Amino acid sequence: MTLLAVHNVCKAFGGLHAIEGVSFDIRRGAVHSIIGPNGAGKTTLLNMLSGVDVPDSGQIRLDGRDLTGQATHRFAAAGIARTFQNLQVFFNMTALENVMTGRHLREPCSLLAALLRTPALARAERACRDVARRLLQRVGLADYEQARADAMPYGALKRLEIARSLACEPQLLLLDEPAAGLNQTEARAIDALIKHLAADGTTVILVEHNMRLVMEVSDHVLVLDHGRKLAEGAPAQIAHDPRVIEAYLGVESALPSHA
Amino acid sequence: MHSQWLQYVASGLTVGAIYALVALGFSIIFNASGAINFAQGEFVMIGGMSAVTLVGAGLPLAAALPLAILAAVMVGLLLEKLAIEPARHADTVTLIIITIGASLLLRGIAQVLWDKRVHSLPAFSGDAPLRFMGATVLPQSLWVLGGAALAVAALSWFFGRTLFGKAMLATSYNPLAARLVGINTRAVLFASFGLAAMLGGLGGVLIAPIAFTSYDAGIMLGLKGFAAAMLGGLGSFSGAVLGGLLLGLAEGLGAGFVSSAYKDAIAFVIILGVLFFLPRGLLGAGRSDRV
Amino acid sequence: MAQAAATVFRGLSGLRQWAAHPRTGGMLALAAVIALLPLALSNNYFYEIAILVALNAIVCVGLNLLIGYAGQISLGHAGFFALGGYGSAIPSASHGWPPWLALPMSCALVGLLAYIVGRPTLRLKGHTLAMATLGLGIIISIVLSTEDRITGGPDGMAVPALALFGKVIRGESTWYWICGAALLLSVWLALNLIESPTGRALRALHGSEIAAETLGIDSARFKLQVFVISAVFAAIAGALTAHYAGFITPAKASFMHSVELVIMVVFGGMASIFGAVVGAVVLTTLPQMLTALKDYEMMVFGAVLIATMVFFPQGIVPTLGRRLGWGGK
Repeated sequence: MTLLAVHNVCKAFGGLHAIEGVSFDIRRGAVHSIIGPNGAGKTTLLNMLSGVDVPDSGQIRLDGRDLTGQATHRFAAAGIARTFQNLQVFFNMTALENVMTGRHLREPCSLLAALLRTPALARAERACRDVARRLLQRVGLADYEQARADAMPYGALKRLEIARSLACEPQLLLLDEPAAGLNQTEARAIDALIKHLAADGTTVILVEHNMRLVMEVSDHVLVLDHGRKLAEGAPAQIAHDPRVIEAYLGVESALPSHA
Repeated sequence: MHSQWLQYVASGLTVGAIYALVALGFSIIFNASGAINFAQGEFVMIGGMSAVTLVGAGLPLAAALPLAILAAVMVGLLLEKLAIEPARHADTVTLIIITIGASLLLRGIAQVLWDKRVHSLPAFSGDAPLRFMGATVLPQSLWVLGGAALAVAALSWFFGRTLFGKAMLATSYNPLAARLVGINTRAVLFASFGLAAMLGGLGGVLIAPIAFTSYDAGIMLGLKGFAAAMLGGLGSFSGAVLGGLLLGLAEGLGAGFVSSAYKDAIAFVIILGVLFFLPRGLLGAGRSDRV
Repeated sequence: MAQAAATVFRGLSGLRQWAAHPRTGGMLALAAVIALLPLALSNNYFYEIAILVALNAIVCVGLNLLIGYAGQISLGHAGFFALGGYGSAIPSASHGWPPWLALPMSCALVGLLAYIVGRPTLRLKGHTLAMATLGLGIIISIVLSTEDRITGGPDGMAVPALALFGKVIRGESTWYWICGAALLLSVWLALNLIESPTGRALRALHGSEIAAETLGIDSARFKLQVFVISAVFAAIAGALTAHYAGFITPAKASFMHSVELVIMVVFGGMASIFGAVVGAVVLTTLPQMLTALKDYEMMVFGAVLIATMVFFPQGIVPTLGRRLGWGGK
């Protein structure tokens, strides 16, 4: 069942064609990975899927709804959440507040209620705090609840972004290099987290360089090279696809595959 | 009627040349640091007021003028060292506020050092007005236009032909890359302030005989110069010149034909129009963020 | 016995937590200061300063929401202040409106103006936003100065006294209580806003606008909301100032005045409501105390601004607060 349909999207920055004519479908409830050498256009693609960039041409449909060209916050309202390759944590808040901010769409609040702090709002705030607390526990950050984000270590911040994006209760979660800069243990924790998310029914699109993670966790892999789709299919297929191997390594050898 | 037009055009271009000099100063500093120097107008004021003091002390114009410009340059360099450099990693809003503070500081010092009165400088080559196609043109206007044109030509030569000038341009395109090829970006920033102050000081001495000068003459000149820089496209040198001249023209014609009471408002209405409809200005290029 | 002690202890630490929380403890402290200050004010001159401080503080609290929390900038807020004043003065002085009606109408109209100009203006960022707000403020001051038939021109106009329920509000003491209450109210509203989802949205915008948008926060809408709120705060203060002083001039809309307001906010503390109040207190009373040094005022302000931004970029209160181990706000 297709959750997201991407059709022939193109994006150029000046003379640089970052993405050219890329089309693919995302199956509901599956973990999809997008891989490719540096400069292949992965982050640009993710930016378009989250509404941060607008495609020059092509369509993006979520659940049949055409989202192309809409403002970023509308993508979020449609049920798409994401993390960032270059951390975009709210450093001016605590970890808990970061996650609570993620509840924005789920806890609407009128200006008047905010100014007067109505009892209903106070109750909603307490509920929001509880949800955020539970999300922090889920990603293993229970100890950092009151910590200011600018005092937290890198690995924790990566997990914080995931918790924040989960607070939206998204249909589709885009993870942009969640394991980048993490050591083996931390990467394995992310691995486990993604598997849990998939088991819970969240559709995940993962952009990653960590091949072991990709092979272990994905149901489907899309390979980008120089802004175009090079190949797509099951992880095992992709690992042995000669075009993929050539694009990555330039020589004949096999990528690590899930044994 | 024809001569009236010419009159307004002449006076408009004259003040526009000063705006252009101030605008160039803004663009140079913006290119070097990404910051807006709200104290730019104060360099003009310092140039004018210093010249007045030096001439009043008995120095001939030929000596007083360069010394006055030098005074402005010294102030600019001091400002960079004491206020800008310590905060060079701060965000835009912080830097804006620092330069506003610098503007206040300089004006406050000027108020104490000099006084609150309005002063004027003798015209460089006399006051006898020249007749040109039915319009009356002050000889000082020619000095202003000539001086500004010379400054612009010198700047083009500097940025296009000298090594340091090219280094400054490189820094404005990509500070990180510039540093990586060995360009001392702190020196570039330092020099930018000196250069901007020189241009401002030059404007100050050129316009003082016509528009008079006082401790707070810098405010409006600075703001309008900034408006001119934004009109032409912040960071673009030809844009600064174009913006300055266009703004001066708009003011001259507007004051003459529409309403002289609202003359000062013209600059700001134009700038709002530019900001809302053409935020990059006429000749400017944009920058984008990477996520 | 031990049980009782434990309960008392828990009660006390609960009380300490309640007192430490800005919305409760801070408000209480502010209310106490306002209530007890008259004991120290020995003559009308000091009352006048206190009133001016309170009115400046109201503008600063609003402006702080815009600059400190939402991370925007306005170099033209004095324009809203002055419009609030003139907007109440003109109908009540020239058209016979009762001031208790003109005042709220004026503030509502300023809010509407802020809404209209805010939409295109807040699409800009950084220095372009600074320039646009600066331009708006200056245009307002020029118009107020030029349309002398309506506004009395550069020399200003007289403003009738405020009367509530038939009784004319007169005397420094009465005005002190009114302004003190208004200040308390604005601080309460601002604190509520910051701790609400709207407040988090604003702080998120400041932290990372892109991330905020991907969480569904419509940045344009929230920036506009906080812009309008801060404009209304300024207008209320401006209107109260006009009726208190009995006079208003276009200088109230000047760039200098806008800059002074920004200085107070920045000095006292970005993203700190009580910091904004402290900033207003210090920078309103300082020039009064230095009347002998009036000539040096501009110089000192400039130096203070530079030093604050270089050494305490977050402002005095948050920096000191962090050194002393307090929480945020």
